[in-house]
Amino acid sequence: MLKVDQLDVFYGNIHALKGVSLDVQEGEIVTLIGANGAGKSTLLKTLSGLLKPKNGTIQYLSNTIAGKPAQEIVKAGISHVPEGRRVFSNMTVEENLELGAFLRKDSKEIQKDIQKVYTTFPRLLERRKQLSGTLSGGEQQMLAMGRAIMAKPKLLLLDEPSMGLAPLMVKTIFEIIEDINRGGTTILLVEQNAHMALSVANRAYVIETGRVTVSGTAAELQASEEIKNAYLGGH
Amino acid sequence: MEWIQQLINGISLGSIYALIALGYTMVYGIIKLINFAHGEVFMIGAFVGFYAIAGWGLGFFPALLLAMAVCAIFGVLIERIAYRRLRNATRIAALITAIGLSLLIQYVVIYFRGAQPEAYPDALSNKTFDLFGVQISSQSILILSVSIVLMILLQFIVHRTKIGKAMRAVSHDMDAARLMGINVNTTISATFAIGSALAGAAGVFFGVYYTKIEPLMGIIPGLKAFVAAVLGGIGIIPGAMVGGLVLGVVETIVSALGYSLWRDAAAFIILILILLFRPSGIFGKNAREKV
Repeated sequence: MLKVDQLDVFYGNIHALKGVSLDVQEGEIVTLIGANGAGKSTLLKTLSGLLKPKNGTIQYLSNTIAGKPAQEIVKAGISHVPEGRRVFSNMTVEENLELGAFLRKDSKEIQKDIQKVYTTFPRLLERRKQLSGTLSGGEQQMLAMGRAIMAKPKLLLLDEPSMGLAPLMVKTIFEIIEDINRGGTTILLVEQNAHMALSVANRAYVIETGRVTVSGTAAELQASEEIKNAYLGGH
Repeated sequence: MEWIQQLINGISLGSIYALIALGYTMVYGIIKLINFAHGEVFMIGAFVGFYAIAGWGLGFFPALLLAMAVCAIFGVLIERIAYRRLRNATRIAALITAIGLSLLIQYVVIYFRGAQPEAYPDALSNKTFDLFGVQISSQSILILSVSIVLMILLQFIVHRTKIGKAMRAVSHDMDAARLMGINVNTTISATFAIGSALAGAAGVFFGVYYTKIEPLMGIIPGLKAFVAAVLGGIGIIPGAMVGGLVLGVVETIVSALGYSLWRDAAAFIILILILLFRPSGIFGKNAREKV
């Protein structure tokens, strides 16, 4: 579904991604784990069109999308839940969800999908008229995910969904991620919480200082001594 | 009774400031730039209205609409040609460009038509009527009501339409807006178009109200509208409306007290006071970030 080949991305003078290649098959949950500053978020931003790659190709379905403007990528079916949620805090929960469907024109279907988001996230229904800046971190994460789903993505990019959340909330969020995946949405998940990420993923890539260093099935990575020591708080 | 009269004059002058201030505040809200060429858009609006009424014999409302349309296009061109390429430049570079652009527009107009002032034609017959002993000019009332209609229309666009929601999203978080599929360039152009159209309307009102226009007429009302925008809280739309009205009323009161020479100074004293005591403006919240 998604094939990234030899991607080079620069942040000003910093060479943030160095020849990164990876692929995501339809229906999978693929996770990208790595330390702070390894280049995980840079990769997602490049996939969603916020950053332009210097070299390399991104093949999505049958199109190359590298360097295309973000709105075309959203239209093609890739939604990105950014790090730190980035909800529109000056707008209500419902307005945020409506903005998620910005490129859609089927207003009846949009209303139905808003109701669906409320079934997935009942907390958002309780707060639908509230300004999203007043939500807790976990609720904002739910809103950011609900907002991304409103675009009806085929591929969902999630950047650090567990960041700053209480353990119980992390568990809820990961259950919902699996739910969304079962509903037919492919997921590329960036996480520092490698333990949680590997427990839901099919396959995983480890990224270190801009390079993919290890890849394999989630089970293989969970079993690897090296990964245990570096990312799973090995014992 | 004279005070009520002065209050009405002040409010209608204030509504002109408010219309200009809206453009400043909307543009600042979305690209964090004080568009100092905005006063010149106002001047162009006044001249378009003048030529439409005096030259082509159009009525007040067709001339108003024409001025708004021309200014909308003019504003979009300003952004497209001068500001877009500076979007990632330092803010001071964009600010200097805005000041340069302001001077450029003033002197290009002077180059083509000369610096002489023009007497604004009487597009609205001005009647004064008596309401419970208060003398009210029909012009003030008309300017005030059209301004209010435009401001309500603006609120409707910003809160109820798709482009308005896109404008709010982009002004809050440009990258997050991109991720929703919002075309940021189109949204910024729309913001310039709407803000400039309002300045164009203000230009026509100003001409009708003060009956004299000239190529440098945008400087002082432009600066005052900037003060109004800061007074209300820069980037906040209702703030610009209130800031404009407050400024208009204060100026009128200062004149009514017999200090009409101090009128212009009053605006800038307000600016100094607001910057000293409440820099985020009447409606502004102190910026705080949630981590």
